[in-house]
Amino acid sequence: MSNESQLIFEEREDQIHRKGEQPYRLACDRDSLAGAVSQRACVFCGSRVVLYPIADALHLVHGPIGCAAYTWDIRGALSSGPELHRLSFSTDLQEKDVIFGGEEKLHRALIELIDRHGPKAAFVYSTCIVGIIGDDLAAVCRRVSKEKELPVIPVQSEGFKGNKRAGYHAACKAMFELVGTGDVSGISPLSVNILGDFNLAGEIWIIREYFQRMGIETVANITGDGRVDDLRRTHGAALNVVQCSGATMDLAKMMQEKFGTPFIRVSYFGVEDMAESLYAVARFFEKQDSNVLSRTQELVHEELSVLLPQLKEFRQALRGKKAAIYVGGAFKAFSLVKAFRLLGMKVVLVGSQTGTAEDYQELHEITDEGTIIVDDSNPLELSSFLKEKDVDIFVGGVKERPIAYKLGVGFCDHNHERKEPLEGFVGMFNFAREVYTSVMSPVWRFVPRRSRTLAEERFAGS
Amino acid sequence: MLLRHTPKEITERTALTVNPAKTCQPIGAMYAALGIHNCLPHSHGSQGCCAYHRSTLTRHYKEPVMAGTSSFTEGASVFGGQANLLQAIDNIFTIYEPDVIAVHTTCLSETIGDDIVQIAAKAKDDGKVPTGKYVIHANTPSYAGSHVTGFANMTKAMVDYFAQSTGRREDVVNIVPGYVEPCDMREIRRLANEMGVRTILFPDTSNVLNGPQTGRYQMFPNGGVTIEELIKTGDSRATIALGRLASGPAARALDGKCKVPCEILDLPIGLRQTDLFVDALRKIAGVNVPDSINIERGQLLDVMTDMHQYFYGKKVGLVGDPDQLIALTDFLVSIDMQPIHIVTGTPGKKFEQRIREITAAVPHAVNVRVGGDMLLFHQWVKNQPVDLLIGNTYLKYIARDEDIPLVRFGFPILDRVGHSYLPTVGYRGGLRLLEKILDALLDRMDRDAPEERFELVM
Ligand code: SF4
Ligand code: SF4
Repeated sequence: MSNESQLIFEEREDQIHRKGEQPYRLACDRDSLAGAVSQRACVFCGSRVVLYPIADALHLVHGPIGCAAYTWDIRGALSSGPELHRLSFSTDLQEKDVIFGGEEKLHRALIELIDRHGPKAAFVYSTCIVGIIGDDLAAVCRRVSKEKELPVIPVQSEGFKGNKRAGYHAACKAMFELVGTGDVSGISPLSVNILGDFNLAGEIWIIREYFQRMGIETVANITGDGRVDDLRRTHGAALNVVQCSGATMDLAKMMQEKFGTPFIRVSYFGVEDMAESLYAVARFFEKQDSNVLSRTQELVHEELSVLLPQLKEFRQALRGKKAAIYVGGAFKAFSLVKAFRLLGMKVVLVGSQTGTAEDYQELHEITDEGTIIVDDSNPLELSSFLKEKDVDIFVGGVKERPIAYKLGVGFCDHNHERKEPLEGFVGMFNFAREVYTSVMSPVWRFVPRRSRTLAEERFAGS
Repeated sequence: MLLRHTPKEITERTALTVNPAKTCQPIGAMYAALGIHNCLPHSHGSQGCCAYHRSTLTRHYKEPVMAGTSSFTEGASVFGGQANLLQAIDNIFTIYEPDVIAVHTTCLSETIGDDIVQIAAKAKDDGKVPTGKYVIHANTPSYAGSHVTGFANMTKAMVDYFAQSTGRREDVVNIVPGYVEPCDMREIRRLANEMGVRTILFPDTSNVLNGPQTGRYQMFPNGGVTIEELIKTGDSRATIALGRLASGPAARALDGKCKVPCEILDLPIGLRQTDLFVDALRKIAGVNVPDSINIERGQLLDVMTDMHQYFYGKKVGLVGDPDQLIALTDFLVSIDMQPIHIVTGTPGKKFEQRIREITAAVPHAVNVRVGGDMLLFHQWVKNQPVDLLIGNTYLKYIARDEDIPLVRFGFPILDRVGHSYLPTVGYRGGLRLLEKILDALLDRMDRDAPEERFELVM
């Protein structure tokens, strides 16, 4: 096997940056190299992730079985009511469908599902193969929509048409078909839509509660614990509050263009960003209600007075420990960098699958000297960086977890497999506790990398 | 009630699969390829498929899973993926340095009609394949078959590409273990070793997907069948294929190509099927069954007899892959349990008939569906309740809604550990299965027993 330091494709060299050693430059927004063991997913995956939490809609995957099987209830996007989204519906295309087309099958499947479940709307996802055999998804959707009198919305998510980010865009386009079709009477002038939160582990409920305490009405959750009828009324909200860089930004932009709804970008991770997000919303409504700001201050004060003492013990234990971050979107990475700083930890590696040029510029600005910044990385690179920097905890998703564990490094899932809410002030506590639990676990003592003496004894004795 | 949407009334569905009981071919091909030493599976298609397959395998095995992808973009899907695959082969051999790249197709590249053989030949002509290194392939369109078919196709590709006969017969028996867990593969080999039989086992994912914690990340773990071994399979005395669907094609191909006679058996799950496997080994290799194995067998039999009254008449619902279901059903019937609902998502002709034969003596109507899904299964369970469910993690919804104990068995298992380390094949595996079944049934009895009948000794 190659030398560790050579384990990087030459072509990828400019997608990795070491702060301090070179002037800043980082290539991104590039298709993955053929042959690379990329951690990236496809358009369909992106669309599915965004729309999936809409719990009273039907989600039908038009394609062969795999695409549907792999996306069956794998994300913990909680619903407070209907749970139709947690089932897996597929047209399970067969060879004859590929040859003769799958439109008829799709039509029958849709009719049957709508008759059985009476959903509020249906999303129909196209997969790679549908793009190739040329089924007219839009036409079938229109036909069913007329017959059954409900919105049946095609999601043009053929996997090969780009990466996850293109899938976010397709999802936003699909949702936008619903926006503006509902009755907006009775909506408070102090109102927002929450965009880009998927209610993993119940997070959106925390954020909604904050807004409520600030005296602000939430019109629609997009899309965590989402409902079709709420989506129809989104244009009645005064402000779109958009979390995370990629997923629902396009929807906010479309709404701004068509309905003039302004948006702000926020993050609910970490104390600083959480508080700043609430203040940003408060400032927006200050003119209408001069008390919003004071209510927000009170809220932040209350929450912090509970949280900060709780963090103390964790901070003491974690001071100086090293963290690595590899997440889907870069916006989350910003918050994580700050959250680790609050815990007194050092971020030595940070990267994302789909960051943009501006994202990386910002990462460059907020990180310390020596920090490695990467775009679209692969397991070999990641593991060699983890080793080089001797990190104590790795924050990533499903494919990163076993790599961390193999190396004997702690791990925190900041992706859809998180089991505790990480947003909000309480989320910061959960995050700190999770990091603490993993970093300080006694199990690492037995890991060969850390327990040279133990291993030596073993060999000396044999 | 997550599945409150399940109507009790059953209607025939022709266009729709709800909650599938199978997944697609490439993931099986990827799993099989990981059972070759120093092999990087490669998904010829867009990167989404590959990401899904890797994630799903990772969730099941809790291990890193490596695979490359041709990363199709719109251009590739119009003009074909030749350029992508050529570049991928070049990149992979340069950077990751595997001995083998095992290419499988996806729905996309199949529909476009990429000719992998021709592309691989071109890569070789262009000097992109270093000497002593290989590119092999299997066609795995998911609009036919299932993950089991993909596994079978990639296993057969190992024969097609590597097996050679020198004309000399070696005193070695090939074993194709089937689409089973890494620990099952190891257990099958252990049984053969115990009997003093030299074997070549392929594929072999033990130590690849159930490796130890070493403090090191290895792109290519130490396990897997080697190329030399695969080449030598052509000189072996015979092949034993376990599981008709997953292993049959490879064994028959080896017979056709190198005239290595094959015996195709069911998976060695339970006493009787393990007996058949051990017996086949004994006859082919001309050895005696050692006491150590007789003792294992006797222990399994001991538990079967000791506890038989708890198995008697218990109705069971099963979802899984055909090879597993056939052997498991046989085992359950042999301990007086009554499998009455059996669903596999994998299409196939002979499955239903085999199950009917095995369950002929079950004093109930037995529902069997090939190419079925979990919605249909749930409907059957609603109409005719059972005492126990056996199947993959997705059965937990039904188990919860209907309040029926569940034994996790099969693929995928996303919410428990143990399946990759502790086998369910062989006599010891049979013992483990019985333990799991008894735990589930007796825990339920304990839970439901009125206080005065809550017993200490069972
Ligand atoms: S396109 Fe085919 S190969 Fe890819 S995930 Fe879907 S079913 Fe599987
Ligand atoms: S076939 Fe296309 S849409 Fe389906 S998983 Fe693969 S890349 Fe994604």
